Amino acid sequence: MNSLGIYIHIPFCGRKCAYCDFYSESFRKDTVSEYVVAVVRNLRVYSDKSKITDTVYFGGGTPSLLSPEQVGMILDEINRNFRLSADAEITLEANPNTVDFRKLENLRKAGVNRLSVGLQSMVDSELKFLGRTHSADRAEKAITDAYGAGFENISCDVMIALPEQSPDSLRYTLDRITSLPIQHISGYILKTESGTPFDCDKIKNILPDDDTTAELYLEMVKLLGDRGFAQYEVSNFARRGFESRHNCRYWKCLDYIGIGASAHSCYNGRRFSVDRVLRDFINRPVQKITITDPNPCTFEEYAMLRLRLAEGLDLDDFPEYRDGILKKIPVLIKSGYINYNGNHISLTPEGFLVSNSVIEYLVF
Amino acid sequence: MANQKIRNFCIIAHIDHGKSTLADRILEKTETVAIRDMEDQLLDNMDIERERGITIKARAVRLKYTAQDGEDYIFNLIDTPGHVDFNYEVSRSLAACEGAILVVDASQGIEAQTLANTYLAIEHDLEVVPVVNKIDLPSADPERVCTEVENVIGIPAMDAPKISAKMGTNIEEVLERIVTDIPAPQGDTEKPLKALIFDSYYDSYKGVIIYVRIKEGRVKTGDNIRLMATGAVFTVVEAGFMDADKLVNNGSLEAGEVGYIAASIKSIGDTQVGDTVTNNDNPCDEALAGYRKVNPMVFSGIYPADGAKYGDLRDALEKLQLNDASLSFEPETSIALGFGFRCGFLGLLHMEIIQERLEREYNLDLITTAPSVIYKVTLTSGEVQYIDNPSNFPDPALIQVAEEPMVKADILTPSEFVGNIMELCQDRRGVFKDMQYLDDTRVNLHYELPLNEIVYDFFDVLKSRTRGYASFDYEMLGYVPSKLVKLDILLNGDIVDALSFIIHTDKAYGRARKIAEKLKENIPRQLFEVPIQAAIGGKVIARETVKAMRKDVLAKCYGGDITRKKKLLEKQKEGKKRMRQLGTVEVPQEAFMSVLKLDS
Repeated sequence: MNSLGIYIHIPFCGRKCAYCDFYSESFRKDTVSEYVVAVVRNLRVYSDKSKITDTVYFGGGTPSLLSPEQVGMILDEINRNFRLSADAEITLEANPNTVDFRKLENLRKAGVNRLSVGLQSMVDSELKFLGRTHSADRAEKAITDAYGAGFENISCDVMIALPEQSPDSLRYTLDRITSLPIQHISGYILKTESGTPFDCDKIKNILPDDDTTAELYLEMVKLLGDRGFAQYEVSNFARRGFESRHNCRYWKCLDYIGIGASAHSCYNGRRFSVDRVLRDFINRPVQKITITDPNPCTFEEYAMLRLRLAEGLDLDDFPEYRDGILKKIPVLIKSGYINYNGNHISLTPEGFLVSNSVIEYLVF
Repeated sequence: MANQKIRNFCIIAHIDHGKSTLADRILEKTETVAIRDMEDQLLDNMDIERERGITIKARAVRLKYTAQDGEDYIFNLIDTPGHVDFNYEVSRSLAACEGAILVVDASQGIEAQTLANTYLAIEHDLEVVPVVNKIDLPSADPERVCTEVENVIGIPAMDAPKISAKMGTNIEEVLERIVTDIPAPQGDTEKPLKALIFDSYYDSYKGVIIYVRIKEGRVKTGDNIRLMATGAVFTVVEAGFMDADKLVNNGSLEAGEVGYIAASIKSIGDTQVGDTVTNNDNPCDEALAGYRKVNPMVFSGIYPADGAKYGDLRDALEKLQLNDASLSFEPETSIALGFGFRCGFLGLLHMEIIQERLEREYNLDLITTAPSVIYKVTLTSGEVQYIDNPSNFPDPALIQVAEEPMVKADILTPSEFVGNIMELCQDRRGVFKDMQYLDDTRVNLHYELPLNEIVYDFFDVLKSRTRGYASFDYEMLGYVPSKLVKLDILLNGDIVDALSFIIHTDKAYGRARKIAEKLKENIPRQLFEVPIQAAIGGKVIARETVKAMRKDVLAKCYGGDITRKKKLLEKQKEGKKRMRQLGTVEVPQEAFMSVLKLDS
């Protein structure tokens, strides 16, 4: 039977980070209430009990700005309209400054069982550069509080390729993080997204060059591996069994419904998205969607996504593409970009670093 | 007897010295063009001409002027190309005139081109009427310039009209001088037809229109004419003169007159500039002197950036050739660039103009190879080959002697830049001949230079080293033996044929290194390391490496926005299609172009 994931976008932030291009508006209590009502309304519209829903993901923005009651309301509505499995992975993204022990306890009680903490770095000067309002110590406290509140599946985000970041300072951050009670780490290379305040020469000129970035990335992969966090995707690492089930839906072409302004869905054979307009989402009886791809999960797309995962692509599943791809791989193997083993292709860490080019060369 | 009220003349001037402006003023004063129809610089029709302030193709226009003696005169103003590339066209235009107005800038004085063309005019026995222009400029020094004209050219100039074409000052004086100083045409209207072709162009309705100066006899509608060099015979459909903006079919032309003939001529190749037109039924004894076929001097491969546009490029070249018989092209194949054409040009400017017109008027995106001259190679077998494509350069073991074309160059410059210029010419293997002071501050330097040293960027560098003050002109001298080698560029171990060129052995290393550096700058990092090598024969003399790319990854997917990621990769793929795939190496168009400008 098909399974389903639900993504809820919470587009509110106390303060917008200068590097971020996810959709968010400034936090207003009354607007958030209206927004939650709209989410609930849409969940009824999308009601689907034909599939098992086994992941829910509150992303943002800053979902931890919701009160535990609001999170509970949404999860109750999901329970009413979908077949939520007993062991469903229910993730909420949290900013360290927005949570305390009590709130975390209540979130846990409301049903959230996985917390993704936007920790970014354990070096205060790096946090300041990123425009984060919390300190390293505050982040550490948020994680230990979450652990104390009963979270057994905690993830944190780390940013690499920051100005003046050295292998040493990166090691320092990763050492501190991996000594905390966490099971999952997302390690992202900072990218200056167009339209963000970081999209300017002043910032770009101080970021590490590609060679340094590559060194930092490979250092991260190695260190986390040594600490028991295996790389399972380009930017994701986990202790065994703690890979993000929701995010894996994206890489495996599985269905997910996105609710909220700017949310994306892949559902019933179509990809679609909702406009980045808060008021529009709140006011409409049903969110307005735009079909972005009427025919998703073609071989190209499937392979593109699968090759982001360490487990890679099984060519036996695609006999008609097999020979074409096999012809192209010797040079990639020789360069150390891919592993090839019994019709199975996967990217190495060096390959992940240039995965756009490798995938484009192999598949497109 | 030819009409004694006709004056046939041209204007000689350096770029920017005001030829077109003066022509406009003359047109205006003779009321050939109603003022409201005046567009700035009327004679220069092509966009490129107007932008560069130069005249590429000759034009002619007939004007009516009532002189101070009360008589009506017919002026035929023949506009000449100003550039050395079109030297032969200039000489044919001059041959159609009895006089030339020499326009000299009142602050800048005589320039190299002016000098060359003035000497050409004197050779053709033209009456030269000096005119000092731009007297309105604060830096104008007409007296000094007049002295310079007298000293350098050796014609009286102290009473030359001092004018401002821009402000319209003293234009009447110029018009009177045309009447009084320039002789009326000679020629017997009763003799068999003898007319000089000094220009032609293709009109899609009338076929080729030829511009002629009737030297003897007459021609009228219905006559059978013969073009003596090509032997082609046509029946005249129209004969008349050129108004400022249209052809006026007069039905006939006679000795002394300048006009046009339309005769349903399909190919411009039949109507070569310098050829003689005669009456097929009553031909003249012999053709006018001075006809020669113009040969291209500079060659370059021209390829469409998008291989699918090959047909469009061919069509565009064919259309350009309709108006420009001096452009030659033939299909050529490059392993690196695919299908294209090896094109021959009169010179550098001609090459640039053609490339620019192809890109601008025909909207083509081009890749051009480094310009080459024609090398003369005598093989050990005694066979002589002329090589215009480096790919065809024979194996050194088979070469008995290789020769390259030389030019004689005149460089006019303020004396403070002499040192810079000598350094440049020496660097370009120039041989200093002599130096002549035009006045206290200006110098004419004579050099012999290999043509292949000036086809790249000589003019640009000369300009930059003299803050734009030096002017430059050259003429062909002939071939001299030279130590020439073929330099190959290899990417990832494979020769890129489109980047090969022939060079003097002493210059090979320096250029090889520069090219390797330029390529390194312009070839993006790719999945694999790309070695760049320059080699002569099998010997590598320069090396650079484009390191493998280290980072090309989308770390994060926006909340499950897979479509965005997919589009990104599709766009990346699309971008690579614009690159040339050479083995495993992807080479962008800019890389090919970057090696053409090594000193900038």
